[in-house]
Amino acid sequence: MSSDFLNMSGYAVYVWGSYGFAAVVFAWNLIAPRLRRREILKELSTTE
Amino acid sequence: MWTWFHRLASPPTFYRLADRFAPWFGIAATGLLAYGIVGGLFFAPADYQQSDAFRIIYIHVPAAALSLSIYMLMASAALVAVIWRIKLAECVLVSAAPIGASFTALALVTGMLWGKPMWGAYWVWDARLTSELILLFLYAGVIGLNQAIEDPRAAARACGLLALIGVINVPIVHYSVEWWNSLHQGSTILKMGKPSMNADMAQPLYACLLGVYFFMGYVLLRRTQNELLLRERGTAWVKERLESSNV
Repeated sequence: MSSDFLNMSGYAVYVWGSYGFAAVVFAWNLIAPRLRRREILKELSTTE
Repeated sequence: MWTWFHRLASPPTFYRLADRFAPWFGIAATGLLAYGIVGGLFFAPADYQQSDAFRIIYIHVPAAALSLSIYMLMASAALVAVIWRIKLAECVLVSAAPIGASFTALALVTGMLWGKPMWGAYWVWDARLTSELILLFLYAGVIGLNQAIEDPRAAARACGLLALIGVINVPIVHYSVEWWNSLHQGSTILKMGKPSMNADMAQPLYACLLGVYFFMGYVLLRRTQNELLLRERGTAWVKERLESSNV
């Protein structure tokens, strides 16, 4: 990967910051429901 | 038509359909977003004014569009939940809020990161930015109410009313750039007539837009399934699924 690309003509912080936060949001949306599902299953299997 | 609707709204049927459709939504989202992000970062030419900073658009615009669409979806579910007390609508209502909040936050953060180099400030109390911030507070209000009220049905009712009141904010966000003299620019892609973007720039954007909608669909189906399992605990279909570990 060229340093030109990483540098984003001087806007690296803003561009990569945006894509970085996007990655966090997408990951959270994928992980949170999955963890919740596990919690619910544990709860239901102990109460029933 | 009504029997079809009733069948769809029945929790076991919806749960099964969600299982069937969610993977396809996930695949479509992955493909479209991969195409859009790679195209946006690598193949779209730099903007003549903003150079590479414009690449934030591939995150910012889809996130912002989704933040409003999810609200409309949530408010529609709220209407059905408040009037007809349909359980599935209550589940969709409370499931949509965290997804909406996360994408509203993404729209705001990427907007700030774009505003700093272009406008010279991370934040201005401009109509578009302020109304989008209010949108975040509305989502937060729905999430908070849902967590604060123990009984899920009463919670859904309260959330539904708040969501419906907040609908006023949706046209304000959407039309803010036309109604007020805003620092935020008008729409680039929804403009009629001559497209104001080069195709190499626009195509990845369309892909990202479509991609986030499929992504939202995937997450919403999964979250709604969670809510259904909780509310339908003790019923035959949930027990059956638990016993066969088919959840």
